[in-house]
Amino acid sequence: MSNDQQNILDEVTSQEYKYGFYTDLEMDIFPKGLNEDTIRALSAKKNEPPFMLEFRLNAYRKWLTMKEPDWAHLKYPSIDYQDIIYYAAPKKKPELESLDQVDPELIETFNKLGISLDEQKRLTGVAVDAVIDSVSVKTTFQETLAKHGIIFCSFSEAVQNHPDLVEKYMATVVPPDDNYFAALNSAVFSDGSFCFIPKGVRCPLELSTYFRINAANTGQFERTLIIAEEGSYVSYLEGCTAPARSENQLHAAIVEIIAMKDAEVKYSTVQNWYPGNKNGEGGVYNFVTKRGICKGNNSKISWTQVETGSAITWKYPSVILQGDNSIGEFYSVAVTNNHQQADTGTKMIHIGKNTRSTIISKGISAGKSNNSYRGLVKVIKRAVNARNFTQCDSLLLGDKCGAHTFPYIHNENSSSIIEHEATTSKISEDQLFYCKQRGIDTENAIALIVNGYAKEVLKHLPMEFAVEAQKLLAVSLEGSVG
Amino acid sequence: MLSIRDLKVSINGKEILKEINLEVMAGEVHAIMGPNGTGKSTLASIIAGRDVFEVSGGQVLFDGKNLFDLSVEQRACEGIFLGFQYPVEIPGVSIVNFLRTAINEQRKYKGLDPIPAPEFLAKMNEAKKMLDVHSNMTSRSVNEGFSGGEKKKNEIFQMAMLQPRLAILDETDSGLDIDALRVVAKGVNELRSKDNAFIIITHYQRLLDYIIPDFVHILFDGRIVKSGSKELAFELEEKGYDWIRKST
Repeated sequence: MSNDQQNILDEVTSQEYKYGFYTDLEMDIFPKGLNEDTIRALSAKKNEPPFMLEFRLNAYRKWLTMKEPDWAHLKYPSIDYQDIIYYAAPKKKPELESLDQVDPELIETFNKLGISLDEQKRLTGVAVDAVIDSVSVKTTFQETLAKHGIIFCSFSEAVQNHPDLVEKYMATVVPPDDNYFAALNSAVFSDGSFCFIPKGVRCPLELSTYFRINAANTGQFERTLIIAEEGSYVSYLEGCTAPARSENQLHAAIVEIIAMKDAEVKYSTVQNWYPGNKNGEGGVYNFVTKRGICKGNNSKISWTQVETGSAITWKYPSVILQGDNSIGEFYSVAVTNNHQQADTGTKMIHIGKNTRSTIISKGISAGKSNNSYRGLVKVIKRAVNARNFTQCDSLLLGDKCGAHTFPYIHNENSSSIIEHEATTSKISEDQLFYCKQRGIDTENAIALIVNGYAKEVLKHLPMEFAVEAQKLLAVSLEGSVG
Repeated sequence: MLSIRDLKVSINGKEILKEINLEVMAGEVHAIMGPNGTGKSTLASIIAGRDVFEVSGGQVLFDGKNLFDLSVEQRACEGIFLGFQYPVEIPGVSIVNFLRTAINEQRKYKGLDPIPAPEFLAKMNEAKKMLDVHSNMTSRSVNEGFSGGEKKKNEIFQMAMLQPRLAILDETDSGLDIDALRVVAKGVNELRSKDNAFIIITHYQRLLDYIIPDFVHILFDGRIVKSGSKELAFELEEKGYDWIRKST
C-alpha cells in the first residue's frame, strides 16, 4: 500500500457514521430484563387479544429451552439478555389524525434521515411506515392504499383492527421455535409492519418501512408480515439506521412473506444499522430471520438486499418454493469494513414442480472485516425439474480482510439442474491506475469499480433506492483500499 | 508544453531510461520509435505517473510544473492522457458512466460544475460519429469482452471525449487491422490543433502513413539516439533496427 493510499485510508475511516445522531425524545421505557411478567406487561401495554399473549408466552417458554446458535463464522462476546430493555416508545402515541399531532422532534428525526412523513413532500409513489424503537409512529398514504383494498399499517394496528388475518398468517412461515432469535422475537416483538394485498391488486405505490433504533440499551424486535393474495403484486422496501453508541445493540427481527397463486412480492432491504467505530467498538448485532413462501402455483418472491451496516450480521432471507412453477430470487450485496462481520446468504427450498431459484451474492470485504456467504439449495424428491443458479462472488480490498463461502446443496431429485459459480477477486492496481489516469481519484475509482461489481444486484432495487444504495456503497468503503 | 530533461529511470535497480531529453511544443506530433524493451512504454508510464518506477535523475515539466509533484489524477486533470497499450477491463461500469465520472472529476479540478447531461450527450454523439463507434458500445462495460481492436478504439474514443492537451498513445497501433488503424489515425488527425500535442509510441512506420509526425525520435537502449523529421521513420523502416544497433 502506498503512503498516499494509507493517508486516504486513515482520513476517511475516521469519518463518522452519518446517521449516528441521537434524538432526545420523551420515552416510555420498561426496566431492563426479560421474564414472563415483562411479556405480560408488554402485551397489556399494547392492549393485545388473548391469542397474542398466549403466542408470546409459548414462544418465550420455547426460547428458554433453546441455545444461541454458534455455527456462524462470527465472533462476538455472549449477549446478556437480562441487560436489554425490551420496550421503549416515544411517549406521544401515534393515534393521530394528522401529522400536526406527531412530536416535532420525531418529524425532525425522520427529516434528518431523509424521510419525510409529510405526504405532500414525499417522493410520489412511496408509502412509508416509520418505526422508532419499539413502535410505529406514522404510516403514510394509508387512505390511498385503502381504496385498492390494501392494508398497510403497523403490526400493532393490524393486531387491533385485523386480528383474524394476523392470527391466520402470523408464524406460518417462521414458527416461533424456528431458531433462537426467532423465538426471542416471537416472545417480545413490539411492532413492525403489516401488509395485505387483496386478490388481483397490483399495489400502485412502493411500500416502505423505515426502522430507527433511538433509545440506549434497547433491543429492537420488529416483525413484518406481508400477504399477497392470488394474482397480486407488491414491491416493498425496508431501511434502517441507529445512533452511534459505544455499546452493542441487539436487533432480532422476523419478516414473513406469503405469496399465493400467481402473486409476486419483491422485498428490498437497504440495511445501514450503525456498524461500530473503526476500532470495532459499538454497532448493532443484527440477527434476523426472513423467509417467504411461494404458496401458490406460479408465484414469485424476490429478495434484494444491500447490507452495509451492523457490527454483526446473521441473516438468510429464504424462499420455500411450494407452488409448482414458483420462482425464488436472492440478490445480495454485503459490504464489511473495519471490524464488521457478516454471515449472510439464503435458503432456497424446492418443493413444487418446475420451481426455479436464482442466487446472486456479491460480498465486498475491506479493513479487518470478515464476510461470509452461507447458502442452502435443497431440492426434495417430488420437486421435478427444479432449477437453481447460484453465483457467489467475493471482492477483497486490502489484505487484512476475509471472504468465505459456505454453499450447501442437498438434492434428492435427479431431474434437477443446480449450478454454482464462485469467484474471488481484488481491485487491481491496474484498474486503479487506469481510472486515475482519466482524472478519477482513488476514492471515486473504488466507488466506481465496486458499484460496477455490484451492478447485477443493484439493478433489482427500485429506482429511487438504487441511487441511495450506490452512494451508501461508496461511503461504506471510502478509503478502504490497501 | 512538455519538457523532459536528463531523465533517468530505473526499476528494481536496473536502469531503463538513461538520459532522456525531449521538448514537445503545443501543436506538435512526436513519434517515438524503437525496438521492444528499449524503454518506450516506461517513458509513457513515467509521464502518466505510474509509481512502480524509480526516478533517479532529471525532471519532467508540464507547462512549467514539475510533474513529479503531481499525483496521477492531477496530471490527468492538467490535460495529460495516456492511451494504454493494454487497457484494463472494469466489469459493470459502462463507458458512459466511466467517462461522465472522468469528465466531471476533471471539471471539478478546474473549478467547473458537472457537465450538463445534454452537453455530455452531444459531445458523445459527435465523438461516436467521428470515430465510427457503434452506438451500443458506450453502454457496454469498460473494455469487458472487447476485442483488441475495440479496446484501442475505446482509448481513442476516450481521448476524443476528454480532449487532453497532451496525448500519449502507447503502441495504440499494435495488433490493429487496417480499418482500425485508420480510425485511430482519424481520431488523432481530427483532434490535432495548435493547442495540443501528441506523442505517438510505435514499433512500425505503418501508423505514420496516416498520422504525419512533425518529429521522429528513435529510442534505443534507454536513450534517444536519433531525432529527425518524418523521413527518419522511412529510413528506419527501410534499414531496420540493426542499422541503429550498428550506428550506436
